[in-house]
Amino acid sequence: MENLTLTKSDLDAISPRMVLDKGTRPTGYREVTEDVVSIVEVKTPAAWWVAFVVSFLVMCMLFGMLAYQVATGVGVWGNNSPVGWAWDITNFVFWIGIGHAGTLISAILFLFRQKWRTSINRAAEAMTLFAVACAGIYPVFHVGRIWRAYWLFPIPNTDLQMWQNFRSPLLWDVFAISTYGTVSALFWYVGLIPDLATVRDRATGLRAKIYGFLSLGWRGSAVHWNNYEMAYMLLAGLSTPLVLSVHTIVSFDFAVSVLPGWHTTIFPPYFVAGAVFSGFAMVMTLLVIFRKWFHLEHLVTIKHLENMNKIMLVTGTVVGYAYGTEFFIAWYSGNPYELFTFQNRAFGPYWWAYWSMISCNVLSPQFFWSKSLRTNIPFMFVISIFINIGMWFERFVIIVTSLHRDFLPSSWGYFRPTYVDILTFVGTFGLFMTLFLLFVRFVPMIAISEVKGVIAADKHRNLPQHVEAEMAVKHNEIMKVVV
Amino acid sequence: MSLVQISNIKPKRLPLDQLGQTPEFQNWANGVEAPEMDSNSRRDILKLMAAGAGLAGLVSCRRPQQYIVSFSKGVDDLIPGKPRFYNTVYNLGGVAQGLRIEANDGRPTKVEGNPVHPGSKGGSSTYSQGSLLNLYDPDRCSFVMKDQAASSWEAFETFAKDHFSKLGEGEGLAFVCERNAGDSWRAVMAAATKKWPKALWLHWEALNNDNAVLGAQKATGTAAEPVYAFDKADVVVALDNDFLGVDVSSIEPTKLFSKKRKVSKAGDTMNRLYVVEGHFSLTGSMADHRLRLKPSEVAGFAAEVLKLVSGTEEIKVEGEGRKKFASALAKDLKKNAGKSIVCAGPRQSPEVHALALAINQSLGNMGATVNLLQPLTPPQTEALKAFSAALGGGKVSTLVVLGGNPAYTMPSDVNFAARAKKVKTMVHLGLEHDETGMIAGWCLPQAHYLEAWGDGRAADGTASIQQPVIAPLFGGKTSTEVLAMLAGMPETKGYDLVKNHWTAGFAGDKEKAWRKALHDGVIEGTAFAPLKLTVDVKKISAEPVPSPTSDAEILFLAANGVYDGRFANNAWLVELPDPITKVVWDNCVTMSKKTAESLKVNMGFIAEEGDMVTLTVGGASVYLPVVVVPGHADGVFGVTLGYGREKVGRVGKGAGFNAYTLRTSAGMGYAPVKAAKASKSYQLVRTQDDPAGDSQNNRPIVREATLEDFSKEPKFAQEVTGPPLESLFPDWEYDKGNQWGMTIDLNQCTGCNACLVACFSENNIPMVGKKMVAMGREMHWIRLDRYYAGDADEATVALQPMNCQQCENAPCESVCPVAATVHSPEGLNDMAYNRCIGTRYCMNNCPYKVRKFNYLNWTKSKTELENLASNPDVSTRMRGVMEKCTYCTQRISEGKIAAKTDPAGRRAVRDGDILTACQQTCPADAISFGNILDPNSEVAKLKASPRNYALLAELNVRPRTTYLAKLRNPNPDLATEKKAAAAH
Repeated sequence: MENLTLTKSDLDAISPRMVLDKGTRPTGYREVTEDVVSIVEVKTPAAWWVAFVVSFLVMCMLFGMLAYQVATGVGVWGNNSPVGWAWDITNFVFWIGIGHAGTLISAILFLFRQKWRTSINRAAEAMTLFAVACAGIYPVFHVGRIWRAYWLFPIPNTDLQMWQNFRSPLLWDVFAISTYGTVSALFWYVGLIPDLATVRDRATGLRAKIYGFLSLGWRGSAVHWNNYEMAYMLLAGLSTPLVLSVHTIVSFDFAVSVLPGWHTTIFPPYFVAGAVFSGFAMVMTLLVIFRKWFHLEHLVTIKHLENMNKIMLVTGTVVGYAYGTEFFIAWYSGNPYELFTFQNRAFGPYWWAYWSMISCNVLSPQFFWSKSLRTNIPFMFVISIFINIGMWFERFVIIVTSLHRDFLPSSWGYFRPTYVDILTFVGTFGLFMTLFLLFVRFVPMIAISEVKGVIAADKHRNLPQHVEAEMAVKHNEIMKVVV
Repeated sequence: MSLVQISNIKPKRLPLDQLGQTPEFQNWANGVEAPEMDSNSRRDILKLMAAGAGLAGLVSCRRPQQYIVSFSKGVDDLIPGKPRFYNTVYNLGGVAQGLRIEANDGRPTKVEGNPVHPGSKGGSSTYSQGSLLNLYDPDRCSFVMKDQAASSWEAFETFAKDHFSKLGEGEGLAFVCERNAGDSWRAVMAAATKKWPKALWLHWEALNNDNAVLGAQKATGTAAEPVYAFDKADVVVALDNDFLGVDVSSIEPTKLFSKKRKVSKAGDTMNRLYVVEGHFSLTGSMADHRLRLKPSEVAGFAAEVLKLVSGTEEIKVEGEGRKKFASALAKDLKKNAGKSIVCAGPRQSPEVHALALAINQSLGNMGATVNLLQPLTPPQTEALKAFSAALGGGKVSTLVVLGGNPAYTMPSDVNFAARAKKVKTMVHLGLEHDETGMIAGWCLPQAHYLEAWGDGRAADGTASIQQPVIAPLFGGKTSTEVLAMLAGMPETKGYDLVKNHWTAGFAGDKEKAWRKALHDGVIEGTAFAPLKLTVDVKKISAEPVPSPTSDAEILFLAANGVYDGRFANNAWLVELPDPITKVVWDNCVTMSKKTAESLKVNMGFIAEEGDMVTLTVGGASVYLPVVVVPGHADGVFGVTLGYGREKVGRVGKGAGFNAYTLRTSAGMGYAPVKAAKASKSYQLVRTQDDPAGDSQNNRPIVREATLEDFSKEPKFAQEVTGPPLESLFPDWEYDKGNQWGMTIDLNQCTGCNACLVACFSENNIPMVGKKMVAMGREMHWIRLDRYYAGDADEATVALQPMNCQQCENAPCESVCPVAATVHSPEGLNDMAYNRCIGTRYCMNNCPYKVRKFNYLNWTKSKTELENLASNPDVSTRMRGVMEKCTYCTQRISEGKIAAKTDPAGRRAVRDGDILTACQQTCPADAISFGNILDPNSEVAKLKASPRNYALLAELNVRPRTTYLAKLRNPNPDLATEKKAAAAH
């Protein structure tokens, strides 16, 4: 023990323990419980009501638009021939992509023992679920005869009397999305059980009954913990391939077609990177607001935010590289249709969409090379919004600009959204925010038990004096988070 | 629903037992001779069906007895679900088009060309195809009106008996009637003329061929109408003559012309077409050489060609290009003397027609390729002047309008509407409550040609009986019937008038001859014999040539859809894209790029608003939206007539702008015009309106070569390189039974649009309206793609019909999650509407974009009357499902059933048994369809042609529809001027 010195990897290993910022507020067990659970226990703040009522009304508008669309036909949207898919599938991919950050944070970072994830995984997973809910609306409602949409599922029914077409990527989508939604919900709920028990323990009356029911009789015994940890790890293992597979399959909707601009092998990794990119941007947008609103700056620290910014920088650059590769291949393949499609993206009638995408997705994250910018909260908030916009445009560019001018110039057309398109999309934000506000009001928005695990390691470590001293000296270096 | 449910009809019915006592039934029951059936070809079966109806006499809706038999009582030889066919004619502009009408349960549902009729030979036009919908127009004139209040035929008859008997010699009486070359009509007219010798007669058609007749009169001294044997001509010169498009009846010229465009192997020859015109017509798109001239310059050009051909003088054509063109053309004509045609169009003056005839005479074409016939209807130039003077001078006290809409179509200087209002008694017989009906005291419902007896003559003089297929839906009468009634003739029933007139002239068994005439749809031996006339070339050469104007000029053109405006309330024809501009639901002014630049106007793309131009002729002005057409002559404004109707039904309301207000009797073809940019802008909707989608973008879509290059390199169209074509899935061997395939010969297709309307009618295609077309939601299963090549001045046009290509390796099929579109073992890309949930993935993945999605409920506003036009063999599609062409799968089934249940024994489907709707109607015979496994089928032979190519074959979709590459036959003398036109 005498000669113990800290190597780089030792520092990396212990650094996650120190992500909680002890400088501002105490982060003991009691404080963490108090800080997180009190959010769901205090009288509903007026600001919450304002936000909830607004979100709820916007959500009602969504349902109104969907009812109008079902009653009248898909023609209330601007879709046409040749642009058979437009905002519907754009918004579907947009929301599905956003969901990916949650699963990445909770599953992949869990398996890689990235303990800084503990402060943000709960909110990110909730966001995943709500984003999948928003996304799920579109594939269902974009079909012409929604009352027959159940034919997409291989369930016994008397009016189709046959199997689905398993060659169709849309069918793969059905399986991918439904699996993803189910596993995400399970994973989230299993992770919630100890925290729900914590809320139960502090509650009385009906509230205690409800939380008691939801916490499934959790008592915190060693056996419970043992089973819980195992279940959580298995679910993490199950979710991990889903992070890659769901967006891969979504990208197959395009990659499997014959359309120039869709028919590319680069799509799976490109879509996954884009999904993670957009998902982190959305987590960032939400957490910057909520950590401030609920005074959780000591639990969701600047280091968390910086880590996420680094991920955005990486994935944004990957996405930018993919854009470049597409152009290179379009030229290198010698395929005139392919080449035209990409020239048309950049310089055709939808040039504004393309350059919005490039500036938001490729250029804006490059600011995060600078440490001062990636730790500047207002700045990262603005950039995260830009990335959200850019990633929406990416899907719009892929779908609409490829479709509107394909093989035969005679069939070329143009897409313009109608007010129903726009209000339906706005409405999905209402649904998303309504669900998220309900989540922060009724569920601990930070994984208490997991954060405590990090604190525990921190509090109960028993290191030699000189190591502690060395760590104090190297505090800054340790605080440098490695992703 | 059956006919008898229509509330407006009060049929006289006879119980079946009484019906059985009628002589017609007795005749039939006693075995009046049926035509012999020597073979079982489809034609014979059709003949037999038509004959059966003709002979039976009592089963169809309007037979001599005019009884309707309720289906609930059953009719012996009527098989429910089996269509019946009747031959009839449709008089359009005074020229009869021979038609074969399909009737299902007593209602006409489809119009085809009559294969026996010399004027159609099985082909038909957009107009005759679309005329069906006018029968079921919910805005039709459906009852007699007196001073805009409901009245009755009885009241009118009482009035007429009184009023028309007091007219004495006919002083102050004027008739304006639609042209009709039918003999029974002329007989009634002659009787009326005898009764009222002083009455004024005007046979008014806004679009007519009078100038040709007057030109022949000038050239030969006798009024005559030229007809052309395009199948015998190696060189054709069209002087502002759209004989393949909208000018006159284009079916027969197209049939004959396309025969000379059949090129099956290297070394074959084809004709050469020179077109001299101001706007870009369909004939211009077929041209091997095209010269852009203002319409007033055509006369000078024709005079120069005449001089060169007759070899008298030096040429004085202005401009290097024109000089070269004229001399090369003259040289080519001389080389093909006796085998060439120079024809002038109806917009050109009689002088130009005389010049054209003189050229033909000098070349020895007269009697060989050009014949002069007795005119179907006499020219009305003088009659119009007399009528206009009488009407203006207040000398008309009783005005009878029999058909047509003169208040809308008359030249503006006649000022018909305002002056006719002052006429004391005005009677209008019309199909709709139109502009003329508005000012008439008596409005009478006219019978549609499918509802009434009549007759007509085709361009070559062949007479036909117009036999009805359905009883008048709204109790209408024909012009002939009404005129007979007014003239107080003893017989006023159309059937009697027509039958009595014709049977009187038949020799032998009159009844048999009459039935044969009905059965065949033509009366043999009635064609006019060519007149033996000589053109006085010297006299014509000596005459002064009308000098061209220096002004800009406006051209008045017939619309490819609404013709002269009579189809303005016909959704099929209003939503029919103009073949060149692709405009729907409107008319526009076409002009060259230079002219547009000089006016500082821009056209709108992607359904955005574009600029408008104010056109002023005399004192009248009209605003029209701009379409720039490459290859258009500078300083020429092409405007289609027939739009901007003020009093029109629900469909035509607000469609387009009325160009008749600019048309004076002095300038009915073209006129000097003043143009200026208007301050307004307008949304013009076009079905092909992407700013970059007008050209082929260097893609091998319409593959084109010169005839010479084709002989050197016959397989030019098949040379497309790409990666090896491999499929992920194991290939299905399409090696058994019938394997359906199609070829479309781009060298023969003239782009007349008839296939589109035929498809609308056959497949119950919904029309969606201007707003929806603007959003790109038109439902046309077959469309006509138009690509420009060359520069803005010297452009060429390539046209390509595009329907579902029935890919063997169909990209639409593999992506459908519910397997709603699957392949049949016969190679059809089937569409199961009931299984479709409407993901639209198939549409996205279709490289040809021929799948059409029901975004909304398109049939919601359809009336019960309109539903009668539907084909019962094709289900209508609900909203939310995808639809597309399936090679008329209902016709394939019908053909297969007929082959299976052949009375002579079960057999295989023979080539030609099954015709798709587009193929059947195509006047150019550009479409072939059949079993590609049968080496003797026409389609298999064409697929073996070196010109055969599959579009987008590099995608390995293996389309069953293939195209035969387009050829042009340029004159080597003009070759240097010609640019490489094609995108190959």
